[in-house]
Amino acid sequence: MQKRLDIDAIRRQFPVLNRIVKSQPLVYFDNAATSQKPQVVIDALVDYYSGYNANIHRGIHTLAEEATAAFEATRDAVKTFINASSREEIIFTRGTTESINLVAYTWGRQHIKAGDEIIISTMEHHSNIVPWQVLCEEKGAVLKVIPINEEGELLMDEYEKLLNPKTRLVSIVHVSNALGTVNPVKQIIEAAHRTGAVVLVDGAQSSVHLDIDVQEMDADFFAFSSHKLYGPTGVGVLYGKKELLLAMPVFQGGGEMIKEVSFNKTTYADLPYKFEAGTPNIADTIAFKTAIDFINKLGKEKIRQHENELLYYGTEQLQQIPGLSIIGRAKEKVSLISFVVDKVHPQDIGILLDNRGIAVRTGHHCAQPLMERCKIPGTTRASFAVYNTKEEIDMLVAGLQKTLKMLL
Amino acid sequence: MSEQLSIEAVEREIIDEFALLESWGENEKYEFIIDMGKNLPPLDDKYKVPENIIKGCQSTVWLAADYTNGKVFFKADSNSVITKGLISMLIRVLSGRAPDEIINAQLDFINAIGMRSHLAQTRANGLLAMVKQMKNYALAYKLKNAAKV
Repeated sequence: MQKRLDIDAIRRQFPVLNRIVKSQPLVYFDNAATSQKPQVVIDALVDYYSGYNANIHRGIHTLAEEATAAFEATRDAVKTFINASSREEIIFTRGTTESINLVAYTWGRQHIKAGDEIIISTMEHHSNIVPWQVLCEEKGAVLKVIPINEEGELLMDEYEKLLNPKTRLVSIVHVSNALGTVNPVKQIIEAAHRTGAVVLVDGAQSSVHLDIDVQEMDADFFAFSSHKLYGPTGVGVLYGKKELLLAMPVFQGGGEMIKEVSFNKTTYADLPYKFEAGTPNIADTIAFKTAIDFINKLGKEKIRQHENELLYYGTEQLQQIPGLSIIGRAKEKVSLISFVVDKVHPQDIGILLDNRGIAVRTGHHCAQPLMERCKIPGTTRASFAVYNTKEEIDMLVAGLQKTLKMLL
Repeated sequence: MSEQLSIEAVEREIIDEFALLESWGENEKYEFIIDMGKNLPPLDDKYKVPENIIKGCQSTVWLAADYTNGKVFFKADSNSVITKGLISMLIRVLSGRAPDEIINAQLDFINAIGMRSHLAQTRANGLLAMVKQMKNYALAYKLKNAAKV
């Protein structure tokens, strides 16, 4: 068995990595925003459109059957990828944000009443804050927030104190997009279940790095997106426990999600179609399976090993830069480094690194309450994927040193 | 006192200054902008009030205006030094002008010096909003003036 990944061979599978940006070879360190796509994923899109483009589920012609089979094969691949107990528990959405909103608008509207409490954390992405704020406002429910420590880890004691019989839902991010912190979701879920609360896990950042087993985790809902997993944009997944999904009211009405329609009464389709109104994003969903196969073939453990080396190396190198502080120093962390530099605005760093062909993300990372907690306007974030290298980190460090010389 | 250059003439001046840098790379261009940013006098804290904030997604701009002898004078600041550099050019072009001049300014120089992307709708620095706000001030002073006459 091959012990280590051949990163050069992997890089050759990503056409965009050949790009020249501002006369320099691209260094892409914005993977937590979206990952690049391997040729096999791009090919899957082209194959679908040039070979068997058809609307799915209803057609009886050959193309429709092929497209339906390919679309449903992705559902099976997702089921295995997160170890769901049945394919009916896999709902396709537009992305993590829509998955969370689906739960807020269906399960949330059905179960949340005035005075009920919903728990989130300080490190949530706006997409796991705003849907619950909207719901709380509508229902007169209360949003509670788990605080964090200086390292960027949840204060679990405080979390336990927030839990009470009024807690109906805990919606928690698995891995912070701004800090990289891996939250102890299993422990969080166990505690929530003891008080009878339901738990949604936002897996947008975790699903590409960690092994996901929704049964072992015992998550009631798990949401993630294809595009952060080397797959196409515009496809997300909502996993839900079957008994919860069965009892939930429908999200959107239309085609696909019905059994029979008359003007007196409409009966809804079975799971998972009940939640998939209208023609779905067929091409991207089909190509998503190719991305999952790509990850499985490399092996998540080996990917993690490589990414952890980058994290370790990058942390070591970056923290030698005078005035630089790393934001988020959790013991359990994925391969992203958020940092600030004294007297320098992150936006200026981002503009000048881009001038050197280095793509990082700067700003509040859609986590403004977290930035407020850290008393900073934003950070510069370098996030690593399987195709990144130590040489690229060296380029980032050198580019950053030159950038800071210009700015200070 | 020499006669004030027109907005277009000042814009041309800036374009010429950047043209000298043409043979240099993008980084030198930014070095020039950063220097301008560093040289912009800091805004007194009394102006850094919420009413003067123009919020971009990332950096913040503070903009204050005065109307004296028929001319609008701008003062501004930002927490991003690159944004400050861009602001200093806008002030150089637009400050001390009659409202109509400001309202009608095309500000083509931003495009000509290759900084158009900073004015794009998607840019996070609030610069586009700042230009709009400068023109709004000019319009407000013009209307106020007209009401007085």
